[in-house]
Amino acid sequence: MSECISMPSIDRSSAQWFTAAAAIFRKDWQSELRTRYAISALIMFVVSTIAIVIFAIGSESIPSDVLTGMLWVIIFFSSMSGLSRTFVAEEERGTVLTLQLLASPSVVLGGKLAFNFVLVLSLNIFAVALYSLLVSEFLIVTLSIFWITILLGSMGLAAAATIIAAIIAKANTKGTLFPVLSLPILLPLLVVVINATRLAGEGAPFEDAVREFQFLIAYIVVVVTVSQLLFDYIWTD
Amino acid sequence: MIVDLRLEASHLGKTFNQRVIFREVSFAVGTGETLLVTGRNGSGKSTLLKILAHVLTPSQGLVRLLSEGRNPGGSLRHLIGFVSPYLNLYDEFSARENLQFALSIRGMHNEGSAIDRLLERVSLGGFKDTAVRVFSSGMRQRLKYAFALVHNPPLLLLDEPMANLDQEGRGFVQELMAERGKEGLLVVATNDETEVERNHVRVHIDAFH
Repeated sequence: MSECISMPSIDRSSAQWFTAAAAIFRKDWQSELRTRYAISALIMFVVSTIAIVIFAIGSESIPSDVLTGMLWVIIFFSSMSGLSRTFVAEEERGTVLTLQLLASPSVVLGGKLAFNFVLVLSLNIFAVALYSLLVSEFLIVTLSIFWITILLGSMGLAAAATIIAAIIAKANTKGTLFPVLSLPILLPLLVVVINATRLAGEGAPFEDAVREFQFLIAYIVVVVTVSQLLFDYIWTD
Repeated sequence: MIVDLRLEASHLGKTFNQRVIFREVSFAVGTGETLLVTGRNGSGKSTLLKILAHVLTPSQGLVRLLSEGRNPGGSLRHLIGFVSPYLNLYDEFSARENLQFALSIRGMHNEGSAIDRLLERVSLGGFKDTAVRVFSSGMRQRLKYAFALVHNPPLLLLDEPMANLDQEGRGFVQELMAERGKEGLLVVATNDETEVERNHVRVHIDAFH
């Protein structure tokens, strides 16, 4: 016999890997557009929390660093309401075996991560637009710092939420476990993005936020690497 | 796909939370052979098939799939087709979309309307664009066959192959098993031996509980 294949299997080329991950990404978007489960939950959460913030502020004058903190509170809890859906839905529909037959664990993780990233980035852009429109005292001076923070923050949120969603999908108490597990893992990310957003609001030069960006990139690299190592065990048995 | 296969299992065992499902299962089969897996309910027939499909890892022993010939996908997943009661397809998608997803994730294309022909073969030609959520259990089972065959795999794993099928569906499966038993490698888990042709390698699993 010329070729011997035994477990674990590794897909041969990276082109194949991207094709398969893209297929999972497209499938998840099509599914989401039809069921609107995560999108509806995320939008409802953003709108209702911003409304509560506006009612709470009233006519008071709130310092800008508190307002930037509030923006990330809205983003964090909104993300918690929808990002777990990507794996929980596969578990609830009983389609985990289907995906296991079709693709390697790293491909599944890649496709789901890409889906969660696009979802959370869209949510964050929507939340920022609505927050800026309704909270008049929320001002951003250094736009470059702000948008890079939103981009890297979304990537970090998606990376951590994806692997936590894969873990909690196997548990019985999925809904409550997701924010409980997410908070300690996301806390360092939240501290840094809040600080970077504060710098953007104060009009700090771009150089002042470089350390924050370095931290965010390191955080993403670490979380994605650990996720790839961990996911085989979570997904296979 | 022209692939000559050999499936070997040696001293295979599976334990879930210290509960032994089965142990010391060994066999070797090749292209043109049919492996019949029998055993009581709960003896681990489905678990064994999941291990052979490489979606579960064995607790003991080794399973190897040796291939000779052309495998365009280069991946183990291109070689295996699996039909199981535990397999579910995407309810919000149509039959055609489910099969299209199974092809695109493998980097394959729907050449010459292969999907349409396959759906006709499993008698779902009139339901190509119907959402799977409205399918009956028999129609779902037929779609599982299309899903397992869409990439033309040389190894077919069938767990309870006749489940939910009417007379016509059973006829299709009999025909498929006869065809695959000669040209490919077929593994069937069932307790009804009349479903399988006489010339087969048999492995019986003892229940450990």
